[in-house]
Amino acid sequence: MTYPLLITKRMTEHPSDSHTIERYERTGGYGAARKAMGMTRDQLVESVKESGLIGRGGAGFSAGMKWSFMAPNRPSYLVINGDESEPGTFKDRQLLERDPHQMLEGIIIAAVANEAHHAFIYIRGEYPKPARRVQQAVDAAYAKGYLGSGIFGTDYDLEVTVHLGGGAYICGEETALINSLEGLRGEPRLKPPYFPAAKGLYMQPTIVNNVETVSNLPHILDMGVDAYKALGHDADTGTFMFSVSGHVMKPGNYELPHGLTWRELIYDVAGGIRDGRELKMWIPGGASAPWFVPDDHLDLEITKDATGKALSMLGSGAVVVMDDSTCVIRAAERLVRFFAHESCGQCTPCREGTTWLEMILRRIESGQGRDIDVDLLLDVSDNISIGLGWPPKMTTICPLGPSAVSPIISISKYFKDEVMAHIHGGGCPL
Amino acid sequence: MSPQTNPAGTTSRWSEATQQRAREIIARYPQKRSAVMPLLYLAMSENGWLTEEGMAEVADWVGITPAQVQSVASFYTMYKRERTGTYLISCCTSISCMLLGGDDILHAVEDESGVPHGETDADGEISVEHAECIGACGGAPAVQVNYELIEGLTPEKARELVRWLRSDKPEVVNPDDMQDRFGGQRSFDWAIREEGGATGPYPAFGPFGTGRES
Repeated sequence: MTYPLLITKRMTEHPSDSHTIERYERTGGYGAARKAMGMTRDQLVESVKESGLIGRGGAGFSAGMKWSFMAPNRPSYLVINGDESEPGTFKDRQLLERDPHQMLEGIIIAAVANEAHHAFIYIRGEYPKPARRVQQAVDAAYAKGYLGSGIFGTDYDLEVTVHLGGGAYICGEETALINSLEGLRGEPRLKPPYFPAAKGLYMQPTIVNNVETVSNLPHILDMGVDAYKALGHDADTGTFMFSVSGHVMKPGNYELPHGLTWRELIYDVAGGIRDGRELKMWIPGGASAPWFVPDDHLDLEITKDATGKALSMLGSGAVVVMDDSTCVIRAAERLVRFFAHESCGQCTPCREGTTWLEMILRRIESGQGRDIDVDLLLDVSDNISIGLGWPPKMTTICPLGPSAVSPIISISKYFKDEVMAHIHGGGCPL
Repeated sequence: MSPQTNPAGTTSRWSEATQQRAREIIARYPQKRSAVMPLLYLAMSENGWLTEEGMAEVADWVGITPAQVQSVASFYTMYKRERTGTYLISCCTSISCMLLGGDDILHAVEDESGVPHGETDADGEISVEHAECIGACGGAPAVQVNYELIEGLTPEKARELVRWLRSDKPEVVNPDDMQDRFGGQRSFDWAIREEGGATGPYPAFGPFGTGRES
């Protein structure tokens, strides 16, 4: 079964030069940006709202709604979040490297819609190659007059600056990203009052949009809202990039409509489990998402709504598949270690809690676990996210701390026997 | 060393060419403090790692104190404030790489180089670190040399990589070249080859004057 491609179409059909401005224009590129120049802010915001485009960075919020919050005072800024760092996620890397003009055209549309005259593309520091590709594309667009002063022969000015991060996951959180871009430590800001649409970069109204999100914009204007919606599945419009990794035969990025089942995604699209092994569990939407297991979730439809009702999320679209050779304590430890390492340290429950969770999991894995450790894990988790519910309640400024709780909830819900086997058997039984 | 003064009015520790680069970097931003991060990479490329002097110079250029610069630098993993090798090998051991043998790759690199993670060898040639997710999950297990990516390694190929760095001492590390020599499964088709690459343990990016572009 094949599905229509949208944002990976050009790179699939023209693999050798999909990153060049020549190929981009020959395949209809920059037509939507020209169209946007003749549209009002209200028309653009309304189109994107109506398209149902959901931000692709992980939080799952309507892009058009976000735009509509922009405070009227100016100047305003547009910031593109290319700080992709959620473990399991590698879709933006492909979009940046292989079709940078698609993103740039999206940037022009988003800038015009939000009356921004300076856009920043914040790319994670570990992505120098994608950053070089993007800079080449920016230079080419400047040379053509699509960026700079008076773009497309109008009186609209738009500067674009490519910025590199310093290796901090937390800078993917929009207010931390803004601090980082201002030359500060990448610590999230309190909301309120620092909602970016009101007080963002340099305290001016700022829109922060993900790379994949803006890559969709040219297509929404080109094909029209109705055709774009028709590509999707009910409320989940358009396509969605899934980064599939782990113990599957065919890992990779897959652009798909919503509405497949997890069975179809893991077995048909990604080729099933390696080495004739059995599926044990998978993470449906990046390291921050609670896990799914075959007995309960394999035939569940992949939609934002169904995933949320099953107490997890599609997040950044990262699907990490784990077979029956995987130790659940080791997997949880690796995920929690990530959040402990990346905690910015502002909020005590996250700074201390994630480190304690990591240490307790290490103790269990090494065979030194105690019976009370199961409750201790949940107790520490409850201090980070009160009630351990979904969506998580927070005792912290940002969702990083509560994200570390997801693996703990997952192992205690589905794999308690295996945890106890570690504790009573003097270490890992696998 | 150039006798020219930096914006703080003191004698700059940087060459005229580097000072020119600093001016260009600052011009990319509406406010000069935003240039701190790229200037820190520029400082690293001057000294091979981020020295106290490098941070003091950055402070002079953006008009903040050296302590403020240190506070920023210490927040981010990629600003190496200790002596770092010519080649920084970052081995991903986050979830997707761990599932496919990322820890074995790290151990092979440590064993072959004799450098435990977090350390640098006596010659200042190789540093080894374990990295959190580097966004190469579809090509796991993956490593980076000076942030240039190699996907789909095996422990034996990782050992070959270390031996190659020690014997060939490449002046520029190029991702396509390394992927051909040591890599395997990739996250996606890389498609187009690139010349140039990294020249030290910091990201190679033209506008920052770090690394070498084709």
